[in-house]
Amino acid sequence: MNLPPVTGPGRGHRPGRIGLFIAQALSLALLLVLAGRLWYLQVPRGEHYQSLAAANRTQDLVIPATRGQILDSNGRPLVRNHTELIVSADFHALAEEKDGGDAVLARLADVLDTPFEELRQRMRLCGPEVSRPCWPGSPYQPITLAEGIEPRMALQIMERKEEFPGISAQQHAVREYPQKESAAQVLGYLQPVTQEELEARETLRTQFSGVDQVGRDGLEFVYDDQLRGTAGVRKLAVDSRGNVTGVVEEVVPKPGMHLVTGIDATVQQAVEQALSKGIERSKGAGYPADAAAGVVLDVRTGRLIAMASVPTYDPSVWDGGIDQSTYEKLLSEKAGQPLISRALQGQFPPASAFKVSSLSAAVENGAKLTDNYDCPGSMNVGNREFRNYESGAYGSLSLHRAIVVSCNTVFYKFAYDQWLADGGTNPVGDPKDPMVDMARGFGFGRATGIDLPNEVTGRIPDRQWKKDYWKATRNDSCKRAKSGYPEQDDPQHAAYLKAVATENCTEGYTWRAGDAANFAIGQGDVLATPLQMAVAYAAIANGGTLYEPRVAKALISADGKQVQEVPPVEAGELPVSDTTLAYLRNALADVPKEGTAAGAFGGFPQDKVAIAGKTGSATVVGQRESAWFASYAPADDPRFAVVVFISQGGTGGSAAAPVAREIYEAIYGFGPEPVDPAKTEVDIKSDEQDERDGAEQKQPKPALPGGEPPSGLPTVRPDGTVQAP
Amino acid sequence: MSLYPSKHARPTLGTRAGRLVAYGMPRRLDWVLLSAVLALGVIGTLLVWASTMVSGQAGGLTDFAQRHVAHFAVGLLICLVVASVDYRAPHAYAPVIFVVAAIGLALVLTPLGQVINGSRSWIVIGGFQAQPGEIAKIALILGTAMLLGEPRDGEHAPTGRDVVFSLVALAVPMGLILAQPDLGTAMVLGAIYLGILMLSGAPLRWVLVMLLSGLLAIFAVWWFGLLKDYQLARFATFIDPTADPQGAGYNANQAIIAIGSGGFNGTGLFNGDQTSGKFVPEQHTDFIFTVAGEELGFVGGLTIILLLGVVVWRVLRIAAGCEQPYARLVCVGVAAWVAFQCFTNIGMNLGIMPITGLPLPFVSYGGTAAIAGLAAIGLVLAIHARDRGFE
Repeated sequence: MNLPPVTGPGRGHRPGRIGLFIAQALSLALLLVLAGRLWYLQVPRGEHYQSLAAANRTQDLVIPATRGQILDSNGRPLVRNHTELIVSADFHALAEEKDGGDAVLARLADVLDTPFEELRQRMRLCGPEVSRPCWPGSPYQPITLAEGIEPRMALQIMERKEEFPGISAQQHAVREYPQKESAAQVLGYLQPVTQEELEARETLRTQFSGVDQVGRDGLEFVYDDQLRGTAGVRKLAVDSRGNVTGVVEEVVPKPGMHLVTGIDATVQQAVEQALSKGIERSKGAGYPADAAAGVVLDVRTGRLIAMASVPTYDPSVWDGGIDQSTYEKLLSEKAGQPLISRALQGQFPPASAFKVSSLSAAVENGAKLTDNYDCPGSMNVGNREFRNYESGAYGSLSLHRAIVVSCNTVFYKFAYDQWLADGGTNPVGDPKDPMVDMARGFGFGRATGIDLPNEVTGRIPDRQWKKDYWKATRNDSCKRAKSGYPEQDDPQHAAYLKAVATENCTEGYTWRAGDAANFAIGQGDVLATPLQMAVAYAAIANGGTLYEPRVAKALISADGKQVQEVPPVEAGELPVSDTTLAYLRNALADVPKEGTAAGAFGGFPQDKVAIAGKTGSATVVGQRESAWFASYAPADDPRFAVVVFISQGGTGGSAAAPVAREIYEAIYGFGPEPVDPAKTEVDIKSDEQDERDGAEQKQPKPALPGGEPPSGLPTVRPDGTVQAP
Repeated sequence: MSLYPSKHARPTLGTRAGRLVAYGMPRRLDWVLLSAVLALGVIGTLLVWASTMVSGQAGGLTDFAQRHVAHFAVGLLICLVVASVDYRAPHAYAPVIFVVAAIGLALVLTPLGQVINGSRSWIVIGGFQAQPGEIAKIALILGTAMLLGEPRDGEHAPTGRDVVFSLVALAVPMGLILAQPDLGTAMVLGAIYLGILMLSGAPLRWVLVMLLSGLLAIFAVWWFGLLKDYQLARFATFIDPTADPQGAGYNANQAIIAIGSGGFNGTGLFNGDQTSGKFVPEQHTDFIFTVAGEELGFVGGLTIILLLGVVVWRVLRIAAGCEQPYARLVCVGVAAWVAFQCFTNIGMNLGIMPITGLPLPFVSYGGTAAIAGLAAIGLVLAIHARDRGFE
């Protein structure tokens, strides 16, 4: 203590004693507050914060399940998966790069031979301001930058990993269509899920990964949930910058179920080939033949065996995202709108094929099956002359004969007489309109309820429809009634159109005699789809049961253990007595033998399998005739209903019936050998196209041996391969 | 205290240098205080290490941890040097230290100053960074203790005039720090000043006036919008941390989650997922307590709180034993500093105090803060060694 003591009298005087005590107490209080808070956070609330922390540092990566295949009734794949190489990028890894990953993307653009700008756009996350190409999924999901790349490119990327941080190449399943264009509209297609779809379909939201696609049409749409399976989830540990540091847990995806359809790939192809040939024939005869449809139903179950629509397209154009020009082409009139299935979305006047309904209506309304009726070449209904096709006159004939030769005037008379009985232009309070009711009874005018989307209803015009239609078109009709059609070149046609417009303007709301007459032969405003026709004829064939057609036969889990059968659905009974139906079947059986389809079926072994059917030749103002042939076989013990329609293809007997004949030949093995699209047993996992060639066989082979569709289901073995029933 | 050279032992050293050293050696060391500080230093090093290591990468001390050890070593050396010197020597130089600190604070506002984390509280010369605000705390303690702890003849306690002088001593560093702005340090200065004033024996009305004006100042700052937006946002999220979970409330939320998830025993040192995931920003400095909370759990967190409590308790105990008012007030200033800063820092980690950007004394990473804190402990040790009250 050499330094002098501090001056001052402080010795002994300690003014802060109480103050120091207070300071100590205060410090202790603060410590207790801190300790208490720490205890509260860590002990009673510890678990709460542990769960928050877990959510903090994990991110879910959705692993899409392998989509189920769509199989034909023999287990042949109509749609399967094949793997292709894709290149994807880790959003966060690229964002970590100094230049935001531009240099990496530029190198990648070089390797992939794609524009750098495109890769950069695909790296952006979709948002209100950002439109495609952009990434619709979560940034934790690998962002797909290129699909279907060559293995050479993938190798380049994987070998130079240090040059491509965050970029990886891996295998990815895409839809493959081994039957090419076959049944394209029935199968449908996949497209990346949209925001609207996510909102509309609750179950999708939890499964959406961004790489996921959703069925947009056909079976892919209707059975989307079952085909999709359940996506797996990989919980990734991440740090605060989003870098993945490990895998916390993993729920493996549950692959989608396989959809077994009643479609027979061989019959399907036969229908398509017969339709194209038919179109060629019609074109050769000078008809436009712009579209066609064919339907084959199992009349005993209502199962669809084949359904084709021409023009068609190769559904593989949807793989990996369709480009705009291809998409526009698919929708264009010029390409014939191949996305539209004419079989259930095309509606046409059913013409004489509709007479089965009108005959039933007449008979159920009192006309005697034993009587004979006059069939003049033409008759006056109202103020207009209604004629037979090509004005043939057949004198007095039975109803059987009226069907066989397709007499119109008999049906005109039925309709006209009923119209008069109902009060004519001044109808009684509750007009009977039996033909309208019967048409509905045959299932016309409403959707058949098939398990395919966007089916149209056709049209059964009745008195109410006339009124509504008149209200909707009155203004236009009345304008035309005054101005006429000066743009028409043919003055006669223009005058006719003007007269129609005048009539429509002044009395378009009334159910006129002409409407009733046209209705009876399936003309005028009556519209039906080829599928409705097939359902109606199947009902005639099977004794009166209207089926809701089903494409699906069963859903089988990927391991084959679970099988959910899709049972046939009866929609109702024809309101027709068994006697009338039997009479009708007799008449229809004679059409291909001696009636309007006799020419088409000349030489067909009817002694082995008799065909029953009815032709129809629909006329629309301003168009050429469209051909119908609605039929079933065998006539004595029906199994299949076959309906063929060719728009502007000619008459039913000359254009449609030969197509139906070729379809029957393929089914029963009478004609030339159809090309076998695939062997009966196909390894699902094989990526290779089946190359087995059966075309050398000379002996025609029936597509459906014994004239029966397979009764059992194909089975899926535990290893994932499919065995024919 | 046999470890210390007694008066009898001194001559045996013989040489002049030996005499100087022996002369400089503190006669008494508060081993409890020093041990607590050393323990905090060790824990701090481990926590800095844990908070700055890259997950999944093995290896020794991280750069930050190594630098932390270096800072602490330098601080400890300064602490022992200060402890060896008679506490009245820094007292003599208090005006010099005060002026140096004021110049440092002024330099911060020149182009030499650098903005780090929204406050301009650093001077960077060459590769060397320093926070003059930390030095200002010591300067304020010495200055205020001198003005209030050395009553003139005939007076037992500081008068109103002394208080006015001391206010000037407060106003200079306070003004410069608020200009940065560094609200946290300004609050610490206020706490130090109020602590010293209250225990100085100054007239009670002055103490009350100062307390009231301190509260008024906080209110005025908030009311008149003197705070920067980020500071306001911090205060807003202090009231409701979930208000803006990705923005200003993020720190507060993540800190609570990290601490809460530690549970009673913690996840184990170097095993904290929140820590290795770097969810809490600034976790090696202002939010280092979250690392303790997560990895060492309630046990570790409480240990830190208790050790800091020991430091405050020992410093106050030394203050109580002081003969000299000046010495007592220096101890009180240091205690106020440590207590206030610890409570504010841990409190903001635990979500019961607003986020103000203060490091945890003796634990957080930061060179100037470590050195200043240890120097302050050195001062207290020097007082303990030499004040007549301990003879």
